[in-house]
Amino acid sequence: MTKVENNKAWWLVLPVFLIVAFSAIIPLMTVVNYSVQDIFDPYTRYFVGTEWFKQVMTDSRLHDALLRQFLFSFTILLIEIPLGIAVALMMPTKGRGASLSLILVAIPLLIPWNVVGTIWQIFGRADIGLFGAMMAKLGINYNYASEPLHAWLTVVLMDVWHWTPLVALLCYSGLRAIPEVYYQAARIDKASRWAVFRYIQLPKLTNVLIIGVLLRFMDSFMIYTEPFVLTGGGPGTSTTFLSQSLVQQAIGQFDLGPAAAFSLVYFLIILLVCWVFYTTIMHMQKDK
Amino acid sequence: MAEITLNALAHTYSDNPTKPEDYAIRQMQHVWHQGGAYALLGPSGCGKSTLLNIISGLLEPSDGEVLFDGKRVNELKPEERNIAQVFQFPVVYDTMTVYDNLAFPLRNIGVPEHKIRSKVLEVAEILELSDQLKRKAKGLSADQKQKVSMGRGLVRDDVSAILFDEPLTVIDPQLKWKLRRKLKQIHEQFNITMVYVTHDQLEASTFADKIAVMYQGQIVQFGTPRELFENPAHTFVGYFIGSPGMNFFEASVSDDLHFGEHQIALDPRLKSRLDEIGADTVTVGIRPEFVHVWDGHNDDAFLVDVDFVEDLGTYKILTFNFNGVAMKARLSEDQKVPQEKAYISFPEQWTKVYWNEFLVEVENHD
Repeated sequence: MTKVENNKAWWLVLPVFLIVAFSAIIPLMTVVNYSVQDIFDPYTRYFVGTEWFKQVMTDSRLHDALLRQFLFSFTILLIEIPLGIAVALMMPTKGRGASLSLILVAIPLLIPWNVVGTIWQIFGRADIGLFGAMMAKLGINYNYASEPLHAWLTVVLMDVWHWTPLVALLCYSGLRAIPEVYYQAARIDKASRWAVFRYIQLPKLTNVLIIGVLLRFMDSFMIYTEPFVLTGGGPGTSTTFLSQSLVQQAIGQFDLGPAAAFSLVYFLIILLVCWVFYTTIMHMQKDK
Repeated sequence: MAEITLNALAHTYSDNPTKPEDYAIRQMQHVWHQGGAYALLGPSGCGKSTLLNIISGLLEPSDGEVLFDGKRVNELKPEERNIAQVFQFPVVYDTMTVYDNLAFPLRNIGVPEHKIRSKVLEVAEILELSDQLKRKAKGLSADQKQKVSMGRGLVRDDVSAILFDEPLTVIDPQLKWKLRRKLKQIHEQFNITMVYVTHDQLEASTFADKIAVMYQGQIVQFGTPRELFENPAHTFVGYFIGSPGMNFFEASVSDDLHFGEHQIALDPRLKSRLDEIGADTVTVGIRPEFVHVWDGHNDDAFLVDVDFVEDLGTYKILTFNFNGVAMKARLSEDQKVPQEKAYISFPEQWTKVYWNEFLVEVENHD
C-alpha cells in the first residue's frame, strides 16, 4: 500500500496556533516592538536598539524595587508554605468539620484583590481598625502609613492572610491522596508523629508543594493591587514593588520604551527563577 | 511470640446492628497458636481484612475480646501490640534507603545504632536485599518493596506475629512463587506466628499448615489443606476449595437419599442423625475427584448423559447431566473417556451431606 501524503490535517492545528498567537505572541511582540524603538507618534519613530534595556538595567530605582520584590516574595514563601502545611494538617478530614473548614479556609481566596487591600487598610488603622487599635493598646505606635517597617508588616500579613489558604488547600488535597495503609504501617512501625510527617506526609506532598511554591512565587512577584490600595507603595518607596514601578513608568510617566524593556526583563526574571527552581527540584528527585 | 485468641469476637460497621448480615465479623471463637503458619482464606468482602485489622489493632472490635497469650489487648494500639503487618500494596518510605527503611522500626524505639546495623544486615541477608541496602526505596520493584515491608517486621525482636494482607497481589506470577517460598523459609527460621490473608487457595495451601476458610463474616472451617479438601465442613468450603469445586444437589431424606428417580444409600447412623435434627431436605456434595466413572455398564451405577469433556492436559473434566443438574467428574489421563452416556457412582465415604449449608457428620466412637 502506498502512503498518501495528506497535509490538510495541518489545518487542524490552526485554531491552537491562532489562540496562542493572539493571546501570547502578538501582545508580547508589541512589547518587544516598543522596547527597541523611541516612538513619538505613529509617524515619528526611531530605532534605538538596546538603549532602553541599558537604561532599565542601570536604573537604581528599579534595582531597589527588584530587591524589595525578592525580599517580599521570599518572606511570604517562608511564611505561607510552612503555615499552609500546618493548616492543612490541622484541618479535619471527616464529617461536617471537613466541609466547614474547607469553606472557612477558602473565603480569603474569594475576595477581590482590591477589596483585600481595602479590608487591611481599615483593619490596620490605629483609630478604627481592629489590628491597628490592638497594636496601639499594646503600646506600639503602629502606623503603616508613616513607618516603613509597619507598612511592610501589614503588606506581608495581608498576603499571608490572602494566600496561605491556597497553599493549605493544595496540601489538604495532597494529604487526602495518601493511602491509609501508609499511616497504618507507620503505626505498626511505632513511628512518632514527627516521623510520620517527615517520612510519609512531606515526601507525598512534594508535588503539590512544587506547584504551591511556583504559584505563590509568580503571583507574589507580580503583586500589584493589594499594596497599591493599602499603601500606594509608600511610605516613600518602601513598599513599591516591581509591578507598581512598571505602572508608574508606563502610565504615570508614559515612558513606553523603557517600560516595555522593563516588562521583558521582568518577565524573563520570573521565567528564569521558576525554571531554576523546577529544574533543581526535578534533578533532586531523580537522584533519589 | 504469642498465641492469639479471639474470644466471642464480632465486629460491625453499623451503629445499630439487628440481623447477622449487619456484621462484618459474626461472633467467633478462634485460637491461632504460637509459631503456626496460618492462612485466612475467603472471597473478597468476607471479612478477612477486617479480622486481620482487628488482630493488629488498626480496628477495634465492637464485641468480644482479642487476647495475646491470654492477655486482653483490645485497648492496646497497634504500636503497643508488637505485631507486624504486611499490606496488599507494598508500603515503603520512599525517601529513605532500603537500609533506613529496615532500620526505621528499631530507630523508633531507640535501639543503639550498632545493634540496628547487625540486625538490619542479618535480615537483609535473609531477604536477599543485601546489595540493595544503599538504594532509595522508591526505585525498587514491587516484590523488593514487599520484601522491605516484610523486613521491617522481621528486624524487631519483640514481634509476636506477622500478619499478611494479600501480600502477593501486585507481584509478578513467577516471583510470587519465590516470595512465598521465602515466607515459608522465614517462618521456619523465626518461629513466629504468621497469619496470611488471601483469596487464592493455592497460595493458602502452599504457605499454611492450617487454613481458616471465611465466608460471610464467619470462619466456616479451620483445618489442614487436606481436611478442607476431603471433608469440607460447609458447602462454601466445598465450592471454594478445589478446582473445579464440589458437586452439589438437593436430595430428600427417607430411608435413602432421594434425588428425582435416583436413590443414594444412606448410612443408618447418619439417617438417625438427620432425623434428630429434623432435616428432610439436604444438600449432597461430592468432589469431582471422587465421582467414580465406570469403564462400562454397571448395575449399581447411575446412567447419565455426558455433556462434554474438557482436556486440561494431565487430566480431563467430564461434565454430565445428573437428573437435570450439571455435575463434573475428574478423569485421570489413562482413563477411558465415555461417549454420550456414562455410568457413574458416588462412593459413600466421599458423599457428604449438608444441612443448612453445614456438614452433617456421624460422630466416630472408635
